[in-house]
Amino acid sequence: MSMQASPLGARRRSASALTNSLSPKILGQAALSAVLKLDPRKLVGNPVIMATEVVAILSTISDVVAIATGVAAGFAVQISLWLWATVLFANLAESVAEGRGKAAADSLRASRVTTKAKLIIDPKTGTIVPTPAHKLGIGEIVLVEAGDVVPADGEIVEGIASVNEAAITGESAPVIRESGGDRSAVTGGTTVVSDWIKVRITSAPGDTFLDRMIAMVEGAERRKTPNEIALAVLLAGLTLIFLIATVTLLGLGAYSGVKLDPLVLGALFICLIPTTIGGLLSAIGIAGMDRLLKVNVLATSGRAVEAAGDVDTLLLDKTGTITFGNRMATEVIPAPGVRPEAALRATLMASLGDETPEGRSIVDLARDQGLTLTAPEGATVIPFSATTRQSGLEHAGNAWRKGAVDAVLKSLSLEPKQVPAELMAAVDRIARSGGTPLAVSENGALMGVIHLKDVVKPGVKERFADLRRMGLRTVMITGDNPVTAAAIASEAGVDDFLAEATPEDKLRLIREEQAKGRLVAMCGDGANDAPALAQSDVGVAMQTGAQAAREAGNMVDLDSDPTKLIEIVEVGKQMLITRGALTTFSVANDVAKYFAIIPAIFVTSLPALGALNIMRLTSPQSAILSAVIFNA
Amino acid sequence: MNWQGWAEIALTLALIVGLGWPIGIYLARVWRGDRTWLDPVLKPVEGAIYAACGVKPDKGQTWLGYTGAFLAFSAASFVLLYLILRFQNLLPLNPQGFAGLTPHLAFNTAISFVTNTNWQSYVPETTVSTFSQMAGLTSHNFLSAAAGIAVAAALARAFAANRGETLGDFWVDLTRISLYVLLPLSLVIAVAFVGLGMPQTLAAHVDATTLEGAKQTISLYPTASQEAIKQLGTNGGGVFNANSSHPFENPNAITNLIEIVIMNALSFGCVVAFGRVAFAHAEARALVAVMTILLSLGAAAIYAAEVQPAPAQVAAHAAPGPNMEGKEVRFGAPSTAIWTAATTGASDGGVNAMHDSLMPLGGGVALFLIQLGEIIPGGVGSGLYGMVVMALIAVFVAGLMVGRTPEYLGKKVEAREVKFAMLAVLILPTAILGFSAVAAVLPTALAGLLNHGPHGLSEIVYAYSSAAGNNGSAFAGLTANAPYWDTTLGVAMILGRFAYAVPVLAIAGALAAKPKLAPTGGSFPTDGPLFVGLLIGVVLIMGGLQFFPALALGPIVEHFQVLQAVAGH
Repeated sequence: MSMQASPLGARRRSASALTNSLSPKILGQAALSAVLKLDPRKLVGNPVIMATEVVAILSTISDVVAIATGVAAGFAVQISLWLWATVLFANLAESVAEGRGKAAADSLRASRVTTKAKLIIDPKTGTIVPTPAHKLGIGEIVLVEAGDVVPADGEIVEGIASVNEAAITGESAPVIRESGGDRSAVTGGTTVVSDWIKVRITSAPGDTFLDRMIAMVEGAERRKTPNEIALAVLLAGLTLIFLIATVTLLGLGAYSGVKLDPLVLGALFICLIPTTIGGLLSAIGIAGMDRLLKVNVLATSGRAVEAAGDVDTLLLDKTGTITFGNRMATEVIPAPGVRPEAALRATLMASLGDETPEGRSIVDLARDQGLTLTAPEGATVIPFSATTRQSGLEHAGNAWRKGAVDAVLKSLSLEPKQVPAELMAAVDRIARSGGTPLAVSENGALMGVIHLKDVVKPGVKERFADLRRMGLRTVMITGDNPVTAAAIASEAGVDDFLAEATPEDKLRLIREEQAKGRLVAMCGDGANDAPALAQSDVGVAMQTGAQAAREAGNMVDLDSDPTKLIEIVEVGKQMLITRGALTTFSVANDVAKYFAIIPAIFVTSLPALGALNIMRLTSPQSAILSAVIFNA
Repeated sequence: MNWQGWAEIALTLALIVGLGWPIGIYLARVWRGDRTWLDPVLKPVEGAIYAACGVKPDKGQTWLGYTGAFLAFSAASFVLLYLILRFQNLLPLNPQGFAGLTPHLAFNTAISFVTNTNWQSYVPETTVSTFSQMAGLTSHNFLSAAAGIAVAAALARAFAANRGETLGDFWVDLTRISLYVLLPLSLVIAVAFVGLGMPQTLAAHVDATTLEGAKQTISLYPTASQEAIKQLGTNGGGVFNANSSHPFENPNAITNLIEIVIMNALSFGCVVAFGRVAFAHAEARALVAVMTILLSLGAAAIYAAEVQPAPAQVAAHAAPGPNMEGKEVRFGAPSTAIWTAATTGASDGGVNAMHDSLMPLGGGVALFLIQLGEIIPGGVGSGLYGMVVMALIAVFVAGLMVGRTPEYLGKKVEAREVKFAMLAVLILPTAILGFSAVAAVLPTALAGLLNHGPHGLSEIVYAYSSAAGNNGSAFAGLTANAPYWDTTLGVAMILGRFAYAVPVLAIAGALAAKPKLAPTGGSFPTDGPLFVGLLIGVVLIMGGLQFFPALALGPIVEHFQVLQAVAGH
């Protein structure tokens, strides 16, 4: 399993650039589509707005009749106008949200392949037939050369190439794709910049990654999420309750001598039903996907976004998510009798030729402690070899070495017993804390020990604490041994860890968590992550990862940043919270209106109720009109 | 208002909740089929009943099976009771020689007792034979109560289940609840009542000569046994027309206290048992808190309204004192207040005062308590499941605000549950407001109305609220024994019972099939003061939204009119 690491909060642009603006053009189209959405057939899914429209139609008809028969209809016309405005505003909110998605889709569509692909019809001779991309079938092999656009999603069967995936990820630096391993997947719409590859097509025409992405942002495949459906049911129920309450007022009112204009009742009904949330429900759903898109994550369904908000357990890969991924030197412990400066200098000299991240971290450490040296002229770099297990530098008869403690001791012909106990204790301490001890020698003398450790990213601990407050359990997954894993786990503040993890362990862990009734989120990129990704409730695949992983997950992170998992959970929660808050606001609002309006309606006929007319509304007309306006 | 009055109300409430606890602990054992100390006596009886009826107690039923059994049992009970009432003249134990009931009255009465409503369109003393009382009505006091508790047991098991398929067996629940809970408790209470002076006899009546020398025929019945289950099973149908304000049904202050306590204790017990069976002790305590708080508020409001002298009395410079019209002088305002709150909150419907004669606001509170859905603490079993439906709605609204799919007692609340919860909630406004609005303009219906103006409207709305809420108490002032009223009230009772219980069982089926989730820090806590407050808010708001217009046109406007009329003097 490998993982493309990128520092916390790294790249952040691309697809969002496509969607962020609220241009006049989008607004114009949205206004048009808001009017088109007045078609009752399109409102069936939204009972609240549907009800508003029905009342608006009825009241308009009664207006026309009233005007035709010469009855004063000023009040009635006002009511109708405001009702129509309510419906239009609700439609507009949805259209704007959809319009932004459409704009993003249009720019994606532009990158779809229009050129002909080079279909290899005979692998032996390599005969090529130019074929339109949309006619390629699954399993067929195409040749893609420098400058060509990859015609469809596929797996590289032969060759290596650098590929510009800007069309998908917005990242313009080309990435290397090669056959075999976890980097063999290529995406339709990306461009091969150098070399050539042979690609076996894995997606049917119209179902490529790009197609799905277009469909997603367009909202074409958007189905209502479970919570959205439940909320719609609740709102429909409330609407019905209000319908019953207002319709029965006809009878109850007639008994009490209150003459109620059906129009007034209709308008009252609209004031009562939760139009605010009814109008915004689908817009919020679309906005959730849009927000994920802004952090460069593509969800295959709104359901997945919601599931993200519900996640209980986060499986996080240690490398790249919790730690920087490379071990770094944090201290140099001098051997007894060696001055700390001498030990540090020897350590630095031994590392000057070491271009590995560990070596560079030693140079950084020395610089931080005020020691800067460059390799002297004519120095010989002794590279690391598997047999000696040490590396170093030689110059003018001086030799500096650093390496595994036992290897260095062996080359110095020292038994562990001969080493000062103090130093061995330090070595022990480092190993137990999960770090890696390296011994340093100068001209055959043991100078000290370097402490290399996996450094936890700054801010990670606080973030996990936040997650814990939200009720999330974090589990660190690592290939390290349990000792190292435990040390890092406690430093990072995760709730649990899985050491020496194999993909099978990961899958088992997910199943165990799910058996306890928890929802699990994880991210992965290797083909061997695919089963775990499929098993998890929220599986975030890396865009750079294997095709199998991308298909198994229900989200794809275009930045291939494993820390993104945390943001995804936050977006999911925010979507649910926004919707919940709006619902409560909308309903509370209606309740307040209700108790204010009812007495006002009755007060003309039953003056005794004047005591309850807290808003001092003078007539049912003024009460209703002010409420309808407020409602809109 | 005085401190003795408040103390009496507080003490009664404390006794109700205090007695509910041990009953709940015992009831939970009965639901689970655990051993009880009555096993040596009752286990053989239970086994014999299963053997005779061909019940396989360990098999379990799916929610459809359970619902089917519940409906089939209720339907069969209805038919049997209808026939008994229609043809009581042909049956034994009819010392008074009463004729069979008219079809509409038999329909209304049979429905009334099968749905645990005990609305009494009939006048017991002059209509119903001793056999009909005992074999027909009293037996259904047991069985309809047991059926309601059985539905609650099924719901509790649904919350306890982890991907379960069955909800238990309706026939087993019915048998065990009747046998282990209702019968022994009623027996104890009935004996106590006899000791406190209630008649228990098969004789028809005694003849007495009054002080003026007039001859009076006073009906008798096996009153004590009927009275025990009437209150214990939140039935409320008295053997006398005056119900528990009749000296035989409620001879003294002690019986009055016992009757108030036992008409709520088993409903609270159902909540406690629910908590134990569903592994949700703390959450059940929260539900008990919600019920207790609302019940206390209701009792306090009625007490505050009823100790006021009637404004007309004040205007006439009459001796100041509480409004005593329609109250038993033996009990006074505080006992009436707590009883009225308890009987309307609990879907009992037995009365110790005439609700029609309460002050407009006092009557309005009683009406509103019924309209809240009979959930504080509601009927036996039905109060619990009604409150759980409210809790599901509360959790759904609040859960969305904490950014998670809402869950209650470890079960996710999703579209299906919300759908059935709303369906159940919709039944009350449909039945109450729908029928009331029609009756309010229908001359046939209005013919039975004795009062006009807002008070008349209150009477109409109260009648349908009582029927749909399966309460059974009457505002009176309404001649309900007429084909139109008997029929529509009967339909309202059916809707209030079955159109509510079936969605609840559907919810139970859906919940049982879901995995039982472990609570996490991110779950919305459903056992603390925050949730108690939220649930009270949801209950009051839902009730207010549905019934505020009707209440405004009835008791509220009447209140202001009374005040204005007095001010105008």
